[in-house]
Amino acid sequence: MADNKDIDEATGTDTTGHDWDGIKELNNPLPRWWLWCFYGTIVWGVAYTIAYPAWPLVNSATAGLLGYSTRAEVAEQIAEVEAQNAEVAAVLASADLSTLSPDDPAHRYGVAGGASVFLANCSQCHGAGAAGVQAGGYPNLLDDAWLWGGSLEDIEYTVRHGIRNDTDPDARWSEMPVFGDILSDEEIGQTVEYVLALSGQDHDAALAEQGLVLFEEQCTACHGDAGEGIRDLGAPTLNDAIWLYGGDRETITETITYSRFGVMPAWGPRLDEDEIKAVTLYLHQLGGGE
Amino acid sequence: MTQPPASPPSLYAAREPIFPKRVKGTFRTLKWWIMGVTLAIYYLTPWIRWDRGPNLPDQAVLIDLAGRRFYFLWIEIWPHEFYFVAGLLIMAGLGLFLFTSALGRVWCGYTCPQTVWTDLFILVERWIEGDRNARVRLWNADWSLRKVRLRVTKWAVWFLIALATGGAWVFYFADAPTLAGQLLTFSAPLVAYSTILILAATTFVFGGFMREQVCNYMCPWPRIQAAMMDESTLTVAYRHWRGEPRGKHRKAEGADQLGDCIDCMACVNVCPAGIDIRDGQQMECITCALCIDACDEIMERIGKPRGLIDYLALSDEEAETQGAKPRPIWQHVLRPRTILYTSMWSLIGVALVYALFIRSDIDLTVEPVRNPQFVTLSDGAVRNTYTLRIRNLTADDRDFRVMLTSDEILRIDVETDGPVANHVTVPANETMQARIYVIARPDDPAADAVTTDLRLWVEDVETDDRAGVSTIFNGKG
Repeated sequence: MADNKDIDEATGTDTTGHDWDGIKELNNPLPRWWLWCFYGTIVWGVAYTIAYPAWPLVNSATAGLLGYSTRAEVAEQIAEVEAQNAEVAAVLASADLSTLSPDDPAHRYGVAGGASVFLANCSQCHGAGAAGVQAGGYPNLLDDAWLWGGSLEDIEYTVRHGIRNDTDPDARWSEMPVFGDILSDEEIGQTVEYVLALSGQDHDAALAEQGLVLFEEQCTACHGDAGEGIRDLGAPTLNDAIWLYGGDRETITETITYSRFGVMPAWGPRLDEDEIKAVTLYLHQLGGGE
Repeated sequence: MTQPPASPPSLYAAREPIFPKRVKGTFRTLKWWIMGVTLAIYYLTPWIRWDRGPNLPDQAVLIDLAGRRFYFLWIEIWPHEFYFVAGLLIMAGLGLFLFTSALGRVWCGYTCPQTVWTDLFILVERWIEGDRNARVRLWNADWSLRKVRLRVTKWAVWFLIALATGGAWVFYFADAPTLAGQLLTFSAPLVAYSTILILAATTFVFGGFMREQVCNYMCPWPRIQAAMMDESTLTVAYRHWRGEPRGKHRKAEGADQLGDCIDCMACVNVCPAGIDIRDGQQMECITCALCIDACDEIMERIGKPRGLIDYLALSDEEAETQGAKPRPIWQHVLRPRTILYTSMWSLIGVALVYALFIRSDIDLTVEPVRNPQFVTLSDGAVRNTYTLRIRNLTADDRDFRVMLTSDEILRIDVETDGPVANHVTVPANETMQARIYVIARPDDPAADAVTTDLRLWVEDVETDDRAGVSTIFNGKG
């Protein structure tokens, strides 16, 4: 090849020998400055992998001489933000929510922070938009119906102690009997027709009339004479348009026959005091707060 | 081309220093005026005051990056109105198309900052080191105390101008008197100093040392302009047919055969781009027209008509060589192409002015809550939630009534209202978020429909100015 050089006349440089329509590419050496920069980047690259976490090992990766870690950096940033918020968070933690003014910085901090607490801890059951999931019996928190009360105090209690859990002795508790063991299928059918009538839905008037007797015997103790529900017992209102599990004939039959037993964990041990108050404030201002 | 060169020729050419000579004339006077006016606009604008009331800055032209506002006299541009700036840039672009197709590189020759500042730097150079011949001598002279003194003086003056140039720039971004005080007491933000220094450095180097190289090698605009010029575009040109053959010796034998050009080099000596216009149109020519002034002066002195070098189009040169009469300038300027550019330019201008006058000082955006789309209430009513962003573009707090219009019956309920139901107060110059509920009663058609169209409004309680946005209501359907 050496004796085969194709020297370009104008520049005296040899060419690559590639020929496109009579145009040949000069085979100039790389500029020295460029080459040194290139070598420099190689050295830099190797040094970088030594200084910073880089090479994957079986279970981890090389830590790097500088001991840098993005995770530690994030932890540091979180600690920084928490330190910034410490003062207002302390105010919120010790505040009486019913007297906290909406213009108070602690209130604003609570509503904004409560949204994050909700997304991280509550949205799994209640949905990111807090609209609940009817199929699972997770209540909608946006509407104006509350099983255990929608005042700030009631919401805070429910969040702190939960519902029907084994861990908190103060958890809200009530239990609907399994009427499949008490009533016959026919009687249950009659009761269902009456409950449908209560909420103004299509029903069989004759069966409902018989159901009224059964309802007064079996249900009014908890659900009230007109099916208006009793909050102290967490017994739902039956004469409104809102249903925890569903208001059609089939679902009501299932509810009466087998009962329901929705559980909510107690968040008192899991969340900080200011987080409980924050999520309470957040829930209360979603449109249904009392 | 007889012998191939022994060694390959170098592909690199060092810069030839240029020493433009002083010149007097129509175009030089025009350029002095343009330089004075443009520099005055640049340096003085930030100092013009403009009273906007107590809550707003009183600087006539201010780019408030932190507050995200652009103030221009009585106009105040918010970030969402950036289309005004885009419109102005499009107008600037079309304006350059227009001027380039009519007058070639007239922007380069008269108003480009590179030209204006270089002109200013050459003026300083001439004051300190003398005119062309003196400067050439100084350039060739060995270093001496005098040369050092002149050079240092010149550089110092250049640097002061450069510093003032960078300094004026930062005043557009902050309150000028305050910032000036801070700069002098060394308490201004670091970014102000670094911006001033960077711009001072570029001004000093571009205006003092790189000069025409910026136009030749760095600036893309001349190359773009070259593509927009045609044979009717006016450029600075030499009347070849009249000047040639050129000759100095007017009294020598055969002088009557010579053209009007006496080869005095006046046109070359004054050229800031260092070219000879008699070689024809060249890439380096910025059409500053100084060679026209220089040549006219000579022509007058030797009793020949002016205009041996003149604003000419390529087509003129050919026609005149064939013996045609010079065409009047308006025939070059008024052409379908330039008329088209002018009408496009004016159309956008009129549209912008129109938009400026009809723009509202209330701005409303509506974001419906989509998770969930609706909430059923205990009485069977259906509720939708919307987040309103109400922008108050004035300097006073304003009370707004929030309303809705729809073909169906819907009720509105503003959550964040004040003492009066469904009223909100938006502070001056701020955007406020308000959450509102729209409710359809159980027996209203909207409750069972899939969607219902509605329009949400905010209306100023005092002035009845309103802004509306169309959105939809989701029902159970």
